[in-house]
Amino acid sequence: MANALINVPPRAKRGEIIEIKTMISHPMETGYRRTQTGAAVPRDIIRTFVATYNGAEIFRAELHPAIAANPFIAFSTVATESGTLTFQWTGDRGFSETASAPITVE
Amino acid sequence: MSRQTSRREFLRAVGGAAAGLGLASVIAVEPARATPASMQEAIRKVVGAAQVQTGRVKLDLPPLSENGNTVPMTVTAESPMTAADHVKALHVFNEKNPQPDVVSFRLGPRAGRASVSTRIRLADTQTVVAICEMSDGSFWQTSANVVVTLAACLEEA
Amino acid sequence: MRAFRAALCLAALAASASAGEIPLPERRSGYDLMSGETRAMQDDDTANPGMLWVLEGETLWNRKTGDAARACAECHGDARTSMKGVAARHPAFDPAKGRPVTLEQRVNACRVERQKAPALAYESRELLALTAYVARQSRGLPIDVAIDERTRPFVEAGRATFYRRQGQLNLACNQCHDDNWGRRLAGNVVPQGHPTGYPLYRLEWQSLGSLERRLRGCLTGIRAEPYDFGAADLVNLELFLMWRARGMTFEAPAVRP
Repeated sequence: MANALINVPPRAKRGEIIEIKTMISHPMETGYRRTQTGAAVPRDIIRTFVATYNGAEIFRAELHPAIAANPFIAFSTVATESGTLTFQWTGDRGFSETASAPITVE
Repeated sequence: MSRQTSRREFLRAVGGAAAGLGLASVIAVEPARATPASMQEAIRKVVGAAQVQTGRVKLDLPPLSENGNTVPMTVTAESPMTAADHVKALHVFNEKNPQPDVVSFRLGPRAGRASVSTRIRLADTQTVVAICEMSDGSFWQTSANVVVTLAACLEEA
Repeated sequence: MRAFRAALCLAALAASASAGEIPLPERRSGYDLMSGETRAMQDDDTANPGMLWVLEGETLWNRKTGDAARACAECHGDARTSMKGVAARHPAFDPAKGRPVTLEQRVNACRVERQKAPALAYESRELLALTAYVARQSRGLPIDVAIDERTRPFVEAGRATFYRRQGQLNLACNQCHDDNWGRRLAGNVVPQGHPTGYPLYRLEWQSLGSLERRLRGCLTGIRAEPYDFGAADLVNLELFLMWRARGMTFEAPAVRP
């Protein structure tokens, strides 16, 4: 299931610090689990999360198997100008998911 | 700890025989663990030869977690977050999961505030360490202890 | 006449309640027994992992499917109005089948009969998404399953299951959930066992799951053979549990440890 839930305030004042919340469905399979027959379940995690604001990178996270399934990441950024915030998740097995949200800055 | 492991494995074997469904259930087996020493090594990889001071960074974790699979965590650091003086990165480590690294957050002056929240997995009662990397090259640390218990009932996944 | 009979049935049910039953005003949702952090996760729609399934359910609701190439929305319109209260009323009596059915079974009946699509497997991503989306529309409403002369035998059967000792550990549901709720079993607090928030995101599963998954998990926990998904025994028990939780506020999609 590859969908993302993001929360960006639609409007903000210039210079205001806004909070951004993101969540994406992903099992974050650690690679340490085994089936009942003893076979290892291979690792399958999101490794990188990047947020950009009108193309400029504002936040990055490097994830390890210790991040819980369906990773939730909340962070902040300064509202500088109107435009688009884009979020990208990449990981094992070629996983790649993008989401974006507009923001109007007065 | 090993007593709990063998009880768990025994009950799993009984449960597996009793339930006998043909599903490919997944069980968690205790793998080789990180140790406080390997956590220190992972921290060394990030800070290099620099001296790590205590302070300026806070780690918000529940002292008793409801479930080790999902433990809410907030890392905060005091900083004006200006171009001249800001938090470059926040790194989190643990001492008893299979791997010592948890997550690294890359920030910068555009963050406005050095505060990031996420949810982590903790395999056992342990200490979690957060390292804050400042733009002036200094490193700051804090730690928190979290009690983690196994779920009372075992069930097929 | 029907109302009178229904009232008689209710009175009979209440009278036959066993001594250990939780008095109605003392009933509490598992929400009240959770930590502040887990409660905060449930309360915030932008942080509740169950909302990932609700979002997917909304997409599926509007998607044409099956040989009839029909979307749920075509017959049911906007779920926010048409599905309001539906999950809080299920399991509900299905005259065609002559017995109560769960929300999952109702969704599948629609898929097979109206959309001419294959039934969705229990605990499949799509079935969880659709039931989560429908259940979300009942959030905040009181649980209200219909107990009348049609459903009474099934509630009674469910009640019998709740009070019957089962499994290698020879435990009945009421022994933990009526008599020992609030106490700890190993590291966990024992809840009263009201299905106020299903389907819910369980931290132990790291996924959303149905009430049937949880009940089967409990049965495995007491070392009993778990009833099959959709089995009459399980549906009757769910109906009883919803009756036991009558009037309590529906919270789906909840978060639980």
